[in-house]
Amino acid sequence: MLQYFETEARTARQVEVQSSIENVSRRSVLGGALAASSFVVALRIAPANAREALTPYPTGAAGMPHTVVADPNVFIAIAPDGVVTIVTHRAEMGTGIRTSLPMVIADEMEADWSRVRIVQAEGDEPKYGNQDTDGSRSMRHFIQPMRQCGAAMRHMLENAAAVTWGVDPALCRAKNHQVLLLDGAKKPSGKSLSFGELAKAAMAQPVPPQGKLLYKTPSEFTLIGKDTTKIADLRDITTGKAVYGADIRLPGMKFAVMARPPVVGGKVKTHDAAKTLKVPGVEAVHELEGVHKVPRGFSILGGVAVVANSTYAAIAGRDALDIEWENGPNASYESVAFDKEMTATAAQPGKVIRNQGDPDAAFAKAKQVFSADYHAQHIVPAAMEPLVAVARVADGKADIWAPVQSPYGARKDLAEALKIPIENVTVHVTLLGGGFGRKSKWDFMVEAALISQKLGGTPVLLQWTREDDIRHAFYHTVSVERIEVAIDEKDKVTGWRHRTVAPSIISTFKEDTGYSFPIEYGMGFVNTPFDIANVRCENGKAMAHTRIGWYRAVSTIPHVFAVQSAVCEVADQLGRDPKEFLLELIGSDRKLDPKALGFPEDFWNFGDPYEAFPIDTARLKNVIRIAADKAGWGRKLPTRHGLGIAAHCAWSSYVATVVHVEVGSDGKISVPEVTTAIDCGLYVNPERIRSQMEGAAVMGMSNTVYSGITFKDGAVEQSNYTDFTVARMSNYPKKVTTHIVDAPPGTHAGGVGEPAVAPFSGALCNAIYAATKKRLRSLPTGDIVT
Amino acid sequence: MPSINVNGEKRDYSGDSAMPLLWFLRDELNLTGTKYGCGAGVCGACTVHVDGVAVRSCQTTAAEVTGKSVTTIEGLDAGGEHAVQKAWRELSVPQCGFCQAGQIMQAAALLTKNKAPTDDQIVEEMSGNICRCGCYQRIHDAVRLAAGGV
Repeated sequence: MLQYFETEARTARQVEVQSSIENVSRRSVLGGALAASSFVVALRIAPANAREALTPYPTGAAGMPHTVVADPNVFIAIAPDGVVTIVTHRAEMGTGIRTSLPMVIADEMEADWSRVRIVQAEGDEPKYGNQDTDGSRSMRHFIQPMRQCGAAMRHMLENAAAVTWGVDPALCRAKNHQVLLLDGAKKPSGKSLSFGELAKAAMAQPVPPQGKLLYKTPSEFTLIGKDTTKIADLRDITTGKAVYGADIRLPGMKFAVMARPPVVGGKVKTHDAAKTLKVPGVEAVHELEGVHKVPRGFSILGGVAVVANSTYAAIAGRDALDIEWENGPNASYESVAFDKEMTATAAQPGKVIRNQGDPDAAFAKAKQVFSADYHAQHIVPAAMEPLVAVARVADGKADIWAPVQSPYGARKDLAEALKIPIENVTVHVTLLGGGFGRKSKWDFMVEAALISQKLGGTPVLLQWTREDDIRHAFYHTVSVERIEVAIDEKDKVTGWRHRTVAPSIISTFKEDTGYSFPIEYGMGFVNTPFDIANVRCENGKAMAHTRIGWYRAVSTIPHVFAVQSAVCEVADQLGRDPKEFLLELIGSDRKLDPKALGFPEDFWNFGDPYEAFPIDTARLKNVIRIAADKAGWGRKLPTRHGLGIAAHCAWSSYVATVVHVEVGSDGKISVPEVTTAIDCGLYVNPERIRSQMEGAAVMGMSNTVYSGITFKDGAVEQSNYTDFTVARMSNYPKKVTTHIVDAPPGTHAGGVGEPAVAPFSGALCNAIYAATKKRLRSLPTGDIVT
Repeated sequence: MPSINVNGEKRDYSGDSAMPLLWFLRDELNLTGTKYGCGAGVCGACTVHVDGVAVRSCQTTAAEVTGKSVTTIEGLDAGGEHAVQKAWRELSVPQCGFCQAGQIMQAAALLTKNKAPTDDQIVEEMSGNICRCGCYQRIHDAVRLAAGGV
């Protein structure tokens, strides 16, 4: 059952927001270093009534399996000692969600955060609602049900106190872990009951329905929007006690690694384990048959598993295996040739996905036409924690521990692979040492479970080595984006043509047609928010020859890189300031009308219903102006320094990034400063939003400058962080300043994890151009501008 | 039987002398705070101290540390109150947290040999430790904070 609500106190307009913003320097323990780089652009909110009724609003949760659950008895338990246990059903991979969603419940129910205990849910969507922790949607989809749970529990506590005291519940008010008895003047009478004292009676109260609930007003929030809450696992992380996938220890547990076919679709032709079985510590070798049904989904690649008494022995045993592989039809995949093929495709008309006006006429009449191709290689998520799972499959039951973004999807496939009922499969979710999309795909868990099954129930830890992680991923797609812009005699842009050519994620789930699908089109391709009369978006065919998957920020990376680079290039061609030109292309303040603009009928708005989450150009322009202003746009810089800007609306949030680059006399790129403004609607944990913005800049730096995966003879050429390089402290964006823009009250929560990644690439390449007049159109660029 | 002093305790070692210290710590002693990240000495997730010096435990064999003192994240400070750990918490450094044990051990070793490192020295010392979440700005600030005393 979906629970929606929408604040009725939704009055402020965007213009008022812009006129009343102020910079509030946040308290910082450093007093200097961090304070200087941390601002919140805050809005003065007039005091309101302490409690308000809220009307639900629709979110994309409706389109997710098992949607949402908003039952306080599922998520909250109060013990007689007053400890409040809150269940978090989303996976923690570094975004802070394991802390932020419980903060929502705790704030709404008036719990004292220091007496809250957080428990991680197992994979059980019928019980908890959707658990696919990806798509930057945990807060977007669950802030409402979590507020509802908290508000309902607060009412239950107040109702229990009313029964105890024999008074009207209106005279009982929950505040900071106790319920106060109010006098006739609604002032505290001095009488109170603690949450612990009320625990049993409150938990036995009926759950009030959504329509009867009163919510805290933003001015009453004690945790939401405040900078004071540390992440729940902070002490454990700093003392080595935090438990990730490989840290599970079971009695009698063995360690395993696998050799997998180097080419997707490949098979073991022959293998000889004689030498392996002589390696000290090796106990067993098992062949796992790959599942080669196409589409592949998250099915296992197959290969040979080596089981030993330590990870070391298992790896040594694998090194000693003699395997002959049969490579199959993908063995011809070769990146240089494929890029040429995609470039040729991008030069030809493709399948029309969006058409508005008469682009052909606009280009025919144009005085100038700009045209450029933008290239990007595959990327592998390469989270610091390589894939790993612990499985015990015995007596018709399976327990699997794993760092997994989608524990319930995994559970379903595990039941099928093990041929046991889903009720007999338990998926325990550990902390994730990074996810970035790879840990949404549970092939590694199925492997571990099948190995334990083959061992007759012996628990086993299956460790992917870093090389396995780099070579057997689901890869961020490779792409060529062609942008053409028609300009009339008055230097006005009259036509826009964008062709995207990229193997699609959908090839993993459906028969590959070579074309992308609405989710990819919706990521900054068809929804470019420019006020241009004639627009055509076309998709050229590109078949997948490896497993394509989603990587943090997904298709916004190539799309936004191309679009935001092209805007800067055209501005330069016309002698215009890139920021002013970008604002001019966006045009007047308005909510885009998808129909009038020729968006496809099945336009995908990051899964959110468009009416509740429209693309609002005023919010986009606002973040552009704030980022530019805070970065000192237009200031004089030393030679070989430059500023570049890029912005977009994605995951129902608005992000603008200004990158300040320095290109040394040797051509070396370094980034002294990044300024990011984000409007993500109602926000919960600003400290974690800043950490996401800082991390997005570093990942943006890796995506833009360093990281690429290439194929030769169908196999990945890279193997480890030696050749799949990422930003290090020697070359990370030195100072990332985040400006969190307060949206009008009532603006729905948007995503935070992904939206800031893609703008970095365009902003950096635009900055490099400003510094050197060199235009880089292929990612990764390498760290030397020649 | 050869032995290694791990976090102040004598631990006997009887296995393959070529076994990396990382796997001895994790798989035999169940000291799982030290992480496997690359197995090639290029990411720093497995950093521990050997006689007070930061080393990559994936590139150091158990035989090489026989008779020496190994300190892991679990043994850095009995109460978890080493200046570096405190600074890490003060500035909320971690995101996913997986690399942080290695980062903390690297930073602690730096501050043992150099009480007041310059920014360049911090960068030089910490550049072998990858953080894919991108916590570098806060790591840098936290090393500075720890050096100044928390």
